Amino acid sequence: MTWAILSALLGHWRRNPLQLITLLAGLALGTALWSGVQAINVEARASYSAAAATLGEGSYAQITARGGEAISQQTYIALRRAGWNVSPVVEGRLGGVRLIGIDPLTAPRDIGPVSADHATDLGAFFLGAGQVFARADTLARLAEAGAEGVIAPKIAPNTAITDIGVAQRLLDRADQIDRLLVAPVQPLTRRPLAEIAPDLIASTAEDGSDVARLTDSFHLNLTAFGLLSFAVGLFIVHGAIGLAFEQRRPVVRTLRALGAPLRRLIALMAIELAGLALAAGAIGVALGYVVAAALLPDVAATLRGLYGADVSGSLSLHPSWWLSGLAMAMGGTALAAGGALWSLARMPLLAGAQPRAWVMAHQRSGQAALSLALLALSGAITFWGHGLMAGFLMLGALLIGGALALPPLLALMLRLGEARARAPVAQWFWADTHQQLPGLSLALMALLLAMTANVGVSTMVSSFRLTFADFLDQRLASELYVNAQDAAQATAISTFLAEAVLPVLFTEQRVAGLPAKIYGARDHVTYRDNWRFLRAVPNVWDTLARGEGMLVNEQLFRRAGLDLGDVVEIAPGVPFPVVGVYGDYGNPVGQVILTEPVFRRLFPEVIALRFGVRVDPAERDALRTALRDQLGVADSAIVDQASIKEFSMSVFERTFTVTTALNILTLSVAGFAMMLSLLTLAAMRLPQLAPIWALGLTRRRLAALELLRAVVLAALTAAFALPLGLALAWALLAVVNVEAFGWRLPMYLFPLDYVRLGGLALVAAVLAAMWPAWRLSRTPPVQLLGVFRNER
Amino acid sequence: MNVRALVLLLWLPTQAIAQGFAGLGTTAQDFAQPVPGTQLQFPADHGAHPAFRIEWWYLTANLTGPDGTPYGLQWTLFRSALASRDGQGWATPQLWMGHAAVTTPKAHFVAERLARGGIGQAGVEAAPFSAWIDEWAMAGPDFDHLRLNASGPDFAYDVELTATGPLVLHGQDGYSVKSAAGQASYYYSQPFYQVSGTVTLPEGEVPVTGTAWLDREWSSQPLAQDQLGWDWFSLSFDTGDKLMGFVLRGATDYTSATWIGADGSAQAFPDGAFVATPLARHTVAGRTLPVEWRVRLPERGIDVNVMALNSDAWMDTSVPYWEGPVAISGSHGGVGYLEMTGYAR
Repeated sequence: MTWAILSALLGHWRRNPLQLITLLAGLALGTALWSGVQAINVEARASYSAAAATLGEGSYAQITARGGEAISQQTYIALRRAGWNVSPVVEGRLGGVRLIGIDPLTAPRDIGPVSADHATDLGAFFLGAGQVFARADTLARLAEAGAEGVIAPKIAPNTAITDIGVAQRLLDRADQIDRLLVAPVQPLTRRPLAEIAPDLIASTAEDGSDVARLTDSFHLNLTAFGLLSFAVGLFIVHGAIGLAFEQRRPVVRTLRALGAPLRRLIALMAIELAGLALAAGAIGVALGYVVAAALLPDVAATLRGLYGADVSGSLSLHPSWWLSGLAMAMGGTALAAGGALWSLARMPLLAGAQPRAWVMAHQRSGQAALSLALLALSGAITFWGHGLMAGFLMLGALLIGGALALPPLLALMLRLGEARARAPVAQWFWADTHQQLPGLSLALMALLLAMTANVGVSTMVSSFRLTFADFLDQRLASELYVNAQDAAQATAISTFLAEAVLPVLFTEQRVAGLPAKIYGARDHVTYRDNWRFLRAVPNVWDTLARGEGMLVNEQLFRRAGLDLGDVVEIAPGVPFPVVGVYGDYGNPVGQVILTEPVFRRLFPEVIALRFGVRVDPAERDALRTALRDQLGVADSAIVDQASIKEFSMSVFERTFTVTTALNILTLSVAGFAMMLSLLTLAAMRLPQLAPIWALGLTRRRLAALELLRAVVLAALTAAFALPLGLALAWALLAVVNVEAFGWRLPMYLFPLDYVRLGGLALVAAVLAAMWPAWRLSRTPPVQLLGVFRNER
Repeated sequence: MNVRALVLLLWLPTQAIAQGFAGLGTTAQDFAQPVPGTQLQFPADHGAHPAFRIEWWYLTANLTGPDGTPYGLQWTLFRSALASRDGQGWATPQLWMGHAAVTTPKAHFVAERLARGGIGQAGVEAAPFSAWIDEWAMAGPDFDHLRLNASGPDFAYDVELTATGPLVLHGQDGYSVKSAAGQASYYYSQPFYQVSGTVTLPEGEVPVTGTAWLDREWSSQPLAQDQLGWDWFSLSFDTGDKLMGFVLRGATDYTSATWIGADGSAQAFPDGAFVATPLARHTVAGRTLPVEWRVRLPERGIDVNVMALNSDAWMDTSVPYWEGPVAISGSHGGVGYLEMTGYAR
């Protein structure tokens, strides 16, 4: 009997291949976008953790020089001989590869490719030419380096590990060390750091260069995209499954009347769905791989440019990833089918086969109430919520509430249209659209979510870009940037350039209990002209120049809970009031700016090794030449403003490529959902269209009206998606970003973008309606006539 | 201190050679070999011999606190060469390893340091004498007057060593044959140090006094394949006499001993003269080892019971072993040190 039931159930899909395709495609597309995005995230995170594991970034406290210069080997030995259990690291770029030199004898055990425990490799590692450990593709770029390459797949991409001595030789940095890793366990007797090396500063393990933390915002965006796409996919699946169940009611009725037990029927339907979900999930995961592989190079380039994070450009198949894709497909199907199975279980034995019942059943009055409740919750969280979790809850409530509000809102609009219509055809058009709304509402909700996500995310990315471009203009006001090799060259440069030079003076300290960099700024027209403040006292630059205050960046301002006028100690017994707050985007660490004379008085040991140079752009090349010929400044030590800006902006163009691609993909999924809904509805609507046709409306006209209906519905949906998308963007910029990263991005509006997005949504709707309309215009009259002969 | 730590020290380079990094051009033949009849030169030979593969400065001390509590102290600097050259910079093939420990009746504290030569992190200079790795040091104007310190996460010590007797050359003027196969090392000891200073424990500082025994040995040859471990004893009797003896466990056990008179005169004993029999065993770090022994040297009328002060004196270092102070009773009373290696988990 089981087989008989199963074949009767499966017969439905044979008769309705389109529905089967809807179900599979919806699920596959949703899974594809979700797992594609996940694949990118997983790959990037694997790269970060490989980097963290090989370098101990984040897990060990570190010692660096206050001014960022190199630590001498004598200082390292002095620290060891004073009882400091520290291990040296030297780091540099060799042929574009990040080359890291470690000392395997003193390094913490989990760092580096060899340790004293595996002495087999120790000699080969650091004697003779030495060994360089890296991935195969990285090694290929180091072929000329003159050390033996060893393939080590676990090392972070574009990173190579070697002995510190080998690294110093390859990087031409004899006796230099960049940082010292501090072992978590230290001996009992240890002299204070300040006594041995006063120019060094220790940072605790969680401070500073944790790439994973820095890039969180980027991955957050991607994940949000993936989740939204999946939600869109779920709407499709929910619709397809609901429809299939409803259409099979006669079959179920007949089977039960023939004696098939309800339990077995439900079990078989569940198994059938699980099989379909697995198939769709597999397709989705495969598609997701294609999506990820296509996008990953751009994502990798973005991450490298924005955060200096090296991410592998090639995709590897982590089991966790494709398993999670399949699990999402199964879970999503279960979620979408749960309601249908439940109502099937409660259906009276001989309930009539009424497809209309399904359609009308979706006009739940509770939906509007739920929507209002969710929107109210979202608003309440905005006012009273705190923390990142609250931010996400708010986003979720906003999106689901917004989606649920769509059908009642559309119904209201359509009723308004109907009330205003006078001509009979117009009246019929509005009434018929209204009547179709329940059947289309799921597809329209999917479209709404896709539009909302697009508006929200593109607003955020564009706002970030504008802010960042502005920020670059502020910060990169000097035409040239020069790095001095040592103190002597620094003095020579500042004497040579005299008035035109802006020294970059900084030191690392703890301010208000938080790690921070303190900068000394020269009182110069460059700053006055270019810098903008989030908040500041009047005549802030004059106040600063008189040494009567300090500027802080937004991160420090928010984290330390400061206010304008609050007094903070910069050094023991040296307090300054906060006179201005400036935006400092993308930087995780706090900053303080003092005027140069005050800085030099407080930190006399700090010398500037970097300089900004103001020069007439026409004389820029001449100055470069002069610096090179007269002071021996290497060409690589001079960077011009234009090339930094160009590089930074090119990074953003990459981000845009990714965003645009995801925009188009989500919209396609939503358009597809709409097309399938229209197609399934079309078959059921024949009895309603036939009388209109019989009254004299041509099939062409009817088809045109179908197209128009799709456009009207899409336009109304788009109109509703705009405010919802802006709310989403606001939540991301002003709530989630602040909670996650400590700075708030100003929100800009991009009306042209929204128009373009709205246009895209309309195009998607028209494309979706095209085929059903074309089919309608080609419906043989005999089929329409048939309605009158054999109506149900 | 015949073979103790020999395997320990050889472990690094022999493993390397066994795994075939002969690419360094450092086969065993490249290293210098001990030659009989060589006159040891002091103070030069207190310093390092980089042409030999392995070398150590190995000090153990039996100390007493003001309340009579016995303590044990260990300070060891090992040198292990990947190649027979010395030099400056990171590419110097001389590796250094330091072990330090303090043993009380109730606790055992251990620390380990690793370094390579050529950068100043570790090394040994003959005169004025200085041996160091990181902040750990054994140094003084000459070999008879040294200051010794080390520290770990939970202990530290800082003591003065003053020699009250002569250096003792083992074997034939310091040329000490190791086995029937003819392996040998240069080997001398200074077993006559008086010690005073401070040991810092989690409970606080403890002033201590006592005696210490320093072994110096360098060689290039590994042990035989079947020699997997040893039990080594350095015993200081109340009479002022001292006994060094070991059992090398292998296919057949091999024993050796040196009797050191209170005046510093030395007499070597051949295989079989020295007998050590386990009496009681104890499990530490997954290994079951004998922590109580009957030790006999019939020719000198020695028949004593040797018992560990703390059975848990396990050295949890890169190459783990047992090393701790012992108390002696029976025909003679006294104190000493016991080392046991090669007990399987």
